[in-house]
Amino acid sequence: MNPLSLLGELGRAILTMFAAFGRVALFALDAVSHIFRPPFYPREFGIALLNIGWLSLPVVGLTAIFTGGALALQIYAGGARFNAEAVVPQIVAIGMVRELGPVLVGLMIAARVTSSIAAEIATMKVTEQIDALVTLSTHPMKYLTAPRVLAALITVPLLVAVGDIIGIAGGYTVATQNLGFNPAAYLKNTVDFLELRDIVSSLVKGAAFGVIAAIMGCYYGMSSGRGAQGVGRATKGSVEAAAVLILAANFVLTGVFFSL
Amino acid sequence: MIRMENVTKAFDDNHVLQGMNLEIPKGTSMVIIGGSGTGKSVALKCILGLIKPDSGMIYVDGKDATKGDRDAFLARFGMLFQGAALFDSLPVWQNVAFRLLRGSLKRPTDEAREIAIEKLRRVGLKANVADRLPAELSGGMQKRVGLARAIAAEPEIIFFDEPTTGLDPIMSGVINDLIREIVTEMGATAMTITHDMSSVRAIADNVAMLHGGVIQWTGPVGQMDASGDPYVEQFISGSAEGPIEAVR
Ligand SMILES: Nc1ncnc2c1ncn2[C@@H]1O[C@H](COP(=O)(O)OP(=O)(O)O)[C@@H](O)[C@H]1O
Ligand SMILES: [Mg+2]
Repeated sequence: MNPLSLLGELGRAILTMFAAFGRVALFALDAVSHIFRPPFYPREFGIALLNIGWLSLPVVGLTAIFTGGALALQIYAGGARFNAEAVVPQIVAIGMVRELGPVLVGLMIAARVTSSIAAEIATMKVTEQIDALVTLSTHPMKYLTAPRVLAALITVPLLVAVGDIIGIAGGYTVATQNLGFNPAAYLKNTVDFLELRDIVSSLVKGAAFGVIAAIMGCYYGMSSGRGAQGVGRATKGSVEAAAVLILAANFVLTGVFFSL
Repeated sequence: MIRMENVTKAFDDNHVLQGMNLEIPKGTSMVIIGGSGTGKSVALKCILGLIKPDSGMIYVDGKDATKGDRDAFLARFGMLFQGAALFDSLPVWQNVAFRLLRGSLKRPTDEAREIAIEKLRRVGLKANVADRLPAELSGGMQKRVGLARAIAAEPEIIFFDEPTTGLDPIMSGVINDLIREIVTEMGATAMTITHDMSSVRAIADNVAMLHGGVIQWTGPVGQMDASGDPYVEQFISGSAEGPIEAVR
């Protein structure tokens, strides 16, 4: 292949990528704007709260507790190399609240919620249920997208908070049971060390990841191709996109909160 | 009145509608016939604005269907989709009463449920299906629930996409009578797609045959048998020999 046509291919790929970003951005703006404009669908919102928030608690809790426990073991082992085993509580707290809590909860939500939103909406699309909604004078963005995005915006920060706490509890359990830490001192060190900024960053990340997860599920669902294959592609694409965007957003938000 | 003027629609290189012209007078029943895959469903969706035509105009009561208040426009329509398109997260009665449970036509829940059960009865379904989920019903039952949903808010204009496909002959008769009744008693304008010639005769005031992306023939149902149009004749006789290719 000659270099010019290679350049052309590259240019085309980049343009396609920008076009896709543009479409997603427009969709996201539209989705968010519908949250504020009536009619509202409280029943759909309630179901979304339940599905995205409440029913995600078990997987979030399990993810956090094992991660917090493993983190304590690693920090203890690593710290021992330069006589710094005592920093376990502080590093577990920072690690969970600043990074692992939001990121792991975000990724679990991408796996659990984004996939199910995308598959559900894509199935509705291919079975003409979205068309049926429109003919019944119901705006799909209001009826399907807005309740899910709003529910994710509200519940994912709470899930992150729960994840943070359970993760710290996991580290605490391992440290006090297996590594010989004093329980009261462990808690005191944790509480003293965490700053307001850590907690705010954790919750803000949660809100951002929640919105990303819900919007990507809705976007891929709404733009699904035809048939079972279309649903499969939409689901796969939504999870990939949500996971990558969550990690990218995490990098940006960490920069904003901690390096300025 | 609905009028389609020179409507074209292509999906990539699949030129489905290639200048479709059709007029449906107010309060009459138009039946569209034509081989599967000729674009009958696409035509209905173009009128509703679910699919955007590439060119051509669609008028409803003389007004451009793509302009004006979309909610008010859609509130006048009922549509039975070919695949029923029931919302599978909602029980049957909430599907039927969907319009009556929210938006401008909202009514008290009890009343909406009563109307839903009454509409279900009209399509030959007993009240005990009301609380089931669509996935628990047979295809023919789902189709009838879709029909009940289409007529629930008593719209002025109703589209039926293959209302009797998948139904037994007796149920087909019930549905044909119902559609006829809706037009004659409620004065609705109906547009029905069907492959079933006995339905055509039972439902239609006028018939239009779609083939090759255009209306090949249209006229009153009484003239259908003597149309002299080879496409219509082949469709009525169901013969593999004729201008319509059997492989499409
Ligand atoms: N959303 C769509 N995307 C691409 N092709 C479509 C779409 N809808 C319909 N088609 C194509 O248009 C043609 C006509 O479809 P349709 O109107 O459903 O046929 P029928 O006359 O049997 O109702 C078919 O070839 C179908 O594959
Ligand atoms: Mg069809």
